[in-house]
Amino acid sequence: MSSTPSGKIRLATVWLSGCSGCHMSFLDLDEQLLELNEHIQLVHGPLVDRKDFPPEVDVVLVEGAVNNEEQKEMAGILREQSRIVVALGDCAVTGNVPAMRNGLPVKNLLESVYPVEGGHEPPGLSSGSEVPRLLPAALPLHAVVPVDVFLPGCPPHARTIGSALKALLKGERVVLEQGMCRFG
Amino acid sequence: MAEVTLTIDNEKVSAREGQNLLQVIREQGIDLPTLCHLDGLSERGGCRLCVVEVEGSSRLAASCVTAVREDMRVTTASDRLLRYRRMLVELLFAERNHVCSVCVMNGNCELQSLATRFGVDHLRYEPLYPRLPTDASHEKYTIDHNRCVLCARCVRVCDEVEGVHTLDIMGRGVSSRIINDLNQPWRASRTCTACGKCVQVCPTGALYIKETLSAHVEKRPDLPRRIVDARKKRVWNS
Ligand code: SF4
Ligand code: SF4
Ligand code: SF4
Repeated sequence: MSSTPSGKIRLATVWLSGCSGCHMSFLDLDEQLLELNEHIQLVHGPLVDRKDFPPEVDVVLVEGAVNNEEQKEMAGILREQSRIVVALGDCAVTGNVPAMRNGLPVKNLLESVYPVEGGHEPPGLSSGSEVPRLLPAALPLHAVVPVDVFLPGCPPHARTIGSALKALLKGERVVLEQGMCRFG
Repeated sequence: MAEVTLTIDNEKVSAREGQNLLQVIREQGIDLPTLCHLDGLSERGGCRLCVVEVEGSSRLAASCVTAVREDMRVTTASDRLLRYRRMLVELLFAERNHVCSVCVMNGNCELQSLATRFGVDHLRYEPLYPRLPTDASHEKYTIDHNRCVLCARCVRVCDEVEGVHTLDIMGRGVSSRIINDLNQPWRASRTCTACGKCVQVCPTGALYIKETLSAHVEKRPDLPRRIVDARKKRVWNS
């Protein structure tokens, strides 16, 4: 796999409804990051100053559940523009903590977070307000777009992320070692 | 007791008449997965994880409730069996609300480790996300129905070992629920002795001692076996 003129893999990361713990765990690769940097060009994500999701991404690591309309749209874009989509961590894999609200009426949730004056509807209830509309339920990524690789864990261990990236760099299928595949 | 000879995974094995298949399979050192089975309690055949193939039958047999028979030919691992076991674990996750990262049993849970063992890296079934209560009315223990897999270990230990039968199961199918007495808050139970056996045998984060911190629970699922054996040997009769 190599798609930049420099022969580097174009890697993107995306932060949906998650706590950023998965990104922290990625950073926990420590000195291995330097090694990875030889083979990877980071083209998008919270660690990169670029707003739009670029085309022709080789691998995208997606943290977080799909919780609102904006994230749902983002999921579509990243799927369209990436070869390999990785659900990174339990929120992206199962919905995890963000999905604990599933089954509760969205209006009640929003009203308890954004107190509004009588009669007005809270932001996030319908499309068009400056707060993206909250979906009826927080969804795992694969409920919205096809996902190629799942890395469970809250967060997945840096070793898990490292070994998955190494396999992907070599163009191999990701097979998690016994014990690496764990929820929680 | 009469001996029977059967074949397990192409090995000839002898067993005692009246033994169930699960016992014999485990005696061979085969680590057949189970969830509702617990040494010292009666068998329930509820979780179906211990299913095996028996030659001559197209249906899978739950080995914990299948008696050994002369000349039986049993297979404990095949692609089909592994596929079904994995499916069962995924369905258990999808049926209630399992959020391992914030669960008291994170790291010590039998359901969680079964998922790891079978390589469950995501759920292929849409979770039901049921709204379920947690009963924290008891002075010592809490039951969180979100994490319950309806294995009925608690029901059996309360009935068979503690001998009070405070716990039971109400309803059918996905709406089944563990109840105290006639579906009262646990605190109101006139039969519960607060012995805590139910908590110690619960394989998941459904039953726990109050104020336990997440990921710090260690349970004692070996208790029923030890108590039952000790009673048999009359170690507490002076
Ligand atoms: S009971 Fe087990 S599987 Fe369910 S949330 Fe708790 S640790 Fe996870
Ligand atoms: S504490 Fe003991 S008596 Fe009470 S419900 Fe649990 S097993 Fe039964
Ligand atoms: S409360 Fe625990 S022991 Fe009882 S049925 Fe549920 S999972 Fe099993």
